Amino acid sequence: MFEIGGKKLKSRLFVGTGKLPDYSLIEKMYYEAGIEVFAVAVRRIGPNTKHTKNVLEYIPKGATIMVNTSGAQDHKEAVKIAMIGRELTDSDWVKVEIEKDTKYLFPDSFETLKACEILVKEGFKVFPYIYPDLNLAKELEQIGVEAVMPLGSPIGTNKGIGCEVLLKPIINEIKIPVIIDAGIGRPSHAAQAMEMGADAVLINTAIATSADPLKMAIAFAKAVEAGRLAFEVGLLKEYEYAQASSPLEDFISG
Amino acid sequence: MVSFLKEAEELFEEYKDYAPSHREICEIIENKEFLTKEDLAKLLNVSSKEDIMLMAKKAQKLTRENFGKVILLYAPLYIANYCQNGCVYCGFSSRKNYKREKLSFEEIENELRKMKEEGIDSVIILTGEDRINSSFEYIEKACSIATNYMSEVSIEVYPLFEEEYRKLSNIGVVGITVYQETYQREDYDKLHPFGPKKDFEFRLNAPERALKAGFHEACIGPLLGLSEPKKDVLCAILHAEYLLDKFPKAEISISFPRFRSAGTEFIPPYTVSDKEFIKFLIIARLYLPRVGIVVSTRERPSLRDALIDVCITKMSAGSKTTVGGYAEEKDEDAEAQFEVEDRRSVSEVVDVIIKKGLRPEFTNWVKGVKSV
Repeated sequence: MFEIGGKKLKSRLFVGTGKLPDYSLIEKMYYEAGIEVFAVAVRRIGPNTKHTKNVLEYIPKGATIMVNTSGAQDHKEAVKIAMIGRELTDSDWVKVEIEKDTKYLFPDSFETLKACEILVKEGFKVFPYIYPDLNLAKELEQIGVEAVMPLGSPIGTNKGIGCEVLLKPIINEIKIPVIIDAGIGRPSHAAQAMEMGADAVLINTAIATSADPLKMAIAFAKAVEAGRLAFEVGLLKEYEYAQASSPLEDFISG
Repeated sequence: MVSFLKEAEELFEEYKDYAPSHREICEIIENKEFLTKEDLAKLLNVSSKEDIMLMAKKAQKLTRENFGKVILLYAPLYIANYCQNGCVYCGFSSRKNYKREKLSFEEIENELRKMKEEGIDSVIILTGEDRINSSFEYIEKACSIATNYMSEVSIEVYPLFEEEYRKLSNIGVVGITVYQETYQREDYDKLHPFGPKKDFEFRLNAPERALKAGFHEACIGPLLGLSEPKKDVLCAILHAEYLLDKFPKAEISISFPRFRSAGTEFIPPYTVSDKEFIKFLIIARLYLPRVGIVVSTRERPSLRDALIDVCITKMSAGSKTTVGGYAEEKDEDAEAQFEVEDRRSVSEVVDVIIKKGLRPEFTNWVKGVKSV
């Protein structure tokens, strides 16, 4: 059990819904993989049509909706999208995602900071998606965001934790939760993030575009749990050379 | 602006007879994260089925990674077919003697209502090119009405001035589609003997003006068959790249409609086989992994369905290409701008997408971001 955004959660695996083949998977993930937080892109919350239903209809009552501002091009749009999202979902959790470009989908740090300042004042529980930048993370912490969400590697690339040396200082220095978002492609990557001390991970592409999203969500849930347990126990130090179980000194001195 | 055209021209000339070996093709698609412009020019000459299938596999992977399992759907709404242009190949050409129509605002509402009943929630408003009969104000009002009905409204009208695009952006229009027809100036000039469309550069710069004015999306491409297809494809891909570099936050899409008969005598100088067409789309994906790829109802259902698995991100469904074709039954063959090959209803297209394990989606942008 851990606390984040004023809620107590059992699962440290958050899931994005944007790339899912079918929204009915959300309910299955909630019940079968124990996932409690679902990120929903406001840009895709359409009204019900004859052929497509609103994603919100598929999210179980007990689950938490994290409104995602993806598609916002600057802080003004992000704030507007967050407001629309809160109205539509009745959730004040907002993932601030403002992309600098559509080629790499890297977050725009300046605009993100500005949006977060406004949204915190507006009473949102703010979760900014950021570069693994310690200084930015510290500023955001001071502003009063609930957590920071640094990327592991660029969105959708499945490359895993590509910048451990930048993520580690954030995990060490920041007191609010750190959620590794973007780039995690395999359950082992998620376990690695948790072993490093991340508080949670957010996955979309790796689950949604797999051959069996539900099974993959279960695999990720287990990996996240395993990684967290290992972190709590404390990982053993790595050694450059083999350590004899009977140290050599015994023989020499003996 | 036109520097990419010169670059495309030089690349095309340098590699037009270059046939890459199987090994070189594998090298390009397996080991490189991003293709170079030279790779792009070389791949356009690939001809073996095995190599194209290999490229398709990589294209499919890139599509799923970048776009997930989502196919965006839209439908066109032709609100007027008046046109001052003399394009020699077009069904809307002013040379063609048929009934010109323009929907009243009430009729536009009826059309939108009917579209909505069919389950359409994303629309592209189209007109011919005639600033008198389809004035900017007329288009603006039509778009304004459409934003009340649809989650997403785009336009495919004559090239506008930046200020006009800004006005449309402010009322909630998010996307522009503008086909250059051909990127080869000389051919363009011959194909467009008179009318405002004759201005090659004003058309070429239209997506740039729209994006500058606040549009989120631009869809571009040539009409394949009017000029050397490989060259036009190369130009279009570099055009998309140019727009991406200049407007990194915009979503750029590309489309390669093939020429279809439209009741004119015109016989296109080039025909593009299915194999070539598929190859072009795949290459666009390999070179620009995050660019949207659109396939219209000009293509037959089986081909469109096959492409859903590989590289398409957006497609039209339930399209009527006659003015007022949704609310009222019309003879699509006699009155349309071009022949529609895929006449399936929205439900039928949606069913195919779902059966393929993908999610059909009409909403790409939160409604009213600009107006809240």
